Amino acid sequence: MTAVEADLAAGFAATIAAGDRIEPRDWMPEGYRRTVVRQVAQHAHSEIIGMQPEGAWITRAPSLRRKAILLAKVQDEAGHGLYLYSACETLGVSRQDLTEQLISGAQKYSSIFNYPTLSYADVGTIGWLVDGAAICNQVPLCRTSYGPYGRAMIRICKEESFHQRQGFELLATMMRGTDEQRAMVQESVDRFWRPALMMFGPPDADSPNTQQSMEWGIKRHTNDELRARFIEMTAPQAAALGVTLPGNDLDWDEFWRVVKGGGPCATERIAHRKQAHDDGAWVREAATAFAAREPREPQEPRGAAR
Amino acid sequence: MDDNAYAGLLVDDAHWAFGEAAHDDPLAGMDLTVPDGIDPVELASYCLVLGDDALVLGHRLSEWCSRAPDLEEDVALANIALDLVGQARLLLARAAAADPALVPDLPEGSPVPAEDALAFFRDAGDFRNATLVELPNGDFAETVCRVLVFATHRLALFERLSDHPDRALRGIAARGVKELTYHRDFAGRWFVVLAGGTEESRRRLEAGLATVWAHRRELGEDPQAEEVLGRVLDAAGVTAPDVRPPAILGGHTPHLTDLLAEMQSVARAHPRGRW
Amino acid sequence: MTRSEWPLYEVFVRSKRGLNHVHVGSLHAPDDALALRHARDVYTRRSEGVSIWVVRSDAITASSPDEKDPLFAPSGDKVYRHPTFYDIPDDVPHM
Repeated sequence: MTAVEADLAAGFAATIAAGDRIEPRDWMPEGYRRTVVRQVAQHAHSEIIGMQPEGAWITRAPSLRRKAILLAKVQDEAGHGLYLYSACETLGVSRQDLTEQLISGAQKYSSIFNYPTLSYADVGTIGWLVDGAAICNQVPLCRTSYGPYGRAMIRICKEESFHQRQGFELLATMMRGTDEQRAMVQESVDRFWRPALMMFGPPDADSPNTQQSMEWGIKRHTNDELRARFIEMTAPQAAALGVTLPGNDLDWDEFWRVVKGGGPCATERIAHRKQAHDDGAWVREAATAFAAREPREPQEPRGAAR
Repeated sequence: MDDNAYAGLLVDDAHWAFGEAAHDDPLAGMDLTVPDGIDPVELASYCLVLGDDALVLGHRLSEWCSRAPDLEEDVALANIALDLVGQARLLLARAAAADPALVPDLPEGSPVPAEDALAFFRDAGDFRNATLVELPNGDFAETVCRVLVFATHRLALFERLSDHPDRALRGIAARGVKELTYHRDFAGRWFVVLAGGTEESRRRLEAGLATVWAHRRELGEDPQAEEVLGRVLDAAGVTAPDVRPPAILGGHTPHLTDLLAEMQSVARAHPRGRW
Repeated sequence: MTRSEWPLYEVFVRSKRGLNHVHVGSLHAPDDALALRHARDVYTRRSEGVSIWVVRSDAITASSPDEKDPLFAPSGDKVYRHPTFYDIPDDVPHM
């Protein structure tokens, strides 16, 4: 390490130690950069793939109000993916690169989205439990050390709290409906509870990256801490709904199988994303060709009239 | 601390598309008295036509969700779909309030609101929408053409409705004008881009336009819409296709039956359900 | 696969009258006109009465945070690395 590099590394360490943010143009260790890219990309991919399980019910939503709420929610997820890809781009990785890595399987997304959605109650359960777990994971990330990631997370967390509320409210409404609807809710909660708990990642003892990520301030709590917090928060909500939560015993062999692409819907999720990306290629190309041909037009507001 | 830059952006739930959707009664606060000299049955029937158009096209556009050419377009198409589903809710609710006889019978004690009874419990034969909106999406170019033609016609119509004697319909139209102006602008811009993009985009645009154009007459003769569409086509250097309307005027294509089978499946499985 | 990724734009929004435009994020668009429409769809979800600026990220010249940084010397930082999400100082509300 040269003297200049040692100086820069010390500056980086001091910024982290002071709880300050690292910004795109700051010097950073290669490992830090790689870790941020990996985590933010995985988060972005999860938002984009996460559009599918719920999106499948937009065309079957049972009321116009629910149709609008669900469409707005899935639309938010596209927005979240977009914010997060932008955060990644501050580190020199383009959205196109990231999309290709998602499609090739080189980068992962949250395995929760490899489970199928089997009834409309799943829309509610995903909002309540899956988005609820995501919020537990994500709120601390608003203070993550990498500035662009933290700022994207502030926006995302504000919208996620709506997502969780709409899910809970759907389930609460269904619980006031018919016996059949109540059974649908319980069945859905039974299926999603353990996968939601697994969203916090493997137990701390089996999470090799956690310690380094915490030292760098990228991660701020361990997996087990966040999982425990979520269970504690959820129990009274389940009681208010009138549903029974299954046990908290988790099958980690299944977890690793699903993470490694063995989930019931893994192939179909990637194929869907690939199809959209491929089908859109001619549109993206046409717009690029058009822009290259057109002179840069002055747009409203003409100049930056302040 | 970090949020100050966003404080003004995220005002409250109503700021977001879902905020408005969250209201239980879409017509809350509106004066629903049918004015003297207006036949409630005719008014209801007119609102049903407008509502069905918005519902069916909103549904079609929602099918783009997670399938658009890029994330930005995914968000944009969802916004247009949300506006149209919102218009449909208001118009169907207005129709039901003006003429309750339109609303299909549901089992005793069903909590399904009137606008949902109309959307989810009528069969294809009772839908009043133009066939233009029920055709499958086709590719992005065809969708752009359809949104352009639809929004242009509807905007011209909604502008005229701003002096309709029915206050509720007038209010719905006034709000719709803002939305439709944006839809037309979005589709118009893409129309010009695809026309001047690549050979492939031009070919696809012309094919999409031919499909859409054949169904355009059902939206009615409208000199204002003609004029605007003429200008967009000129700007894009595209000639209006010479196509004859298909022989289904007044009826529907089989696509509507398929669309409704999917759209209504959950609601019909639970006629007493609460959502 | 053809690679024609749209350029990156930075989005600035005036959230209400009397405030400056503030950087809210980035997006991709083929040209300025669509960037403005995208910005409206993505960052304001169509709320009325706000003013939006979009500017291509590569049109921004940025200062270097640290003069000793070998990545940025000696170019004078004409081309900054990646411009999204500027830091907004905590002590300057609505900068």
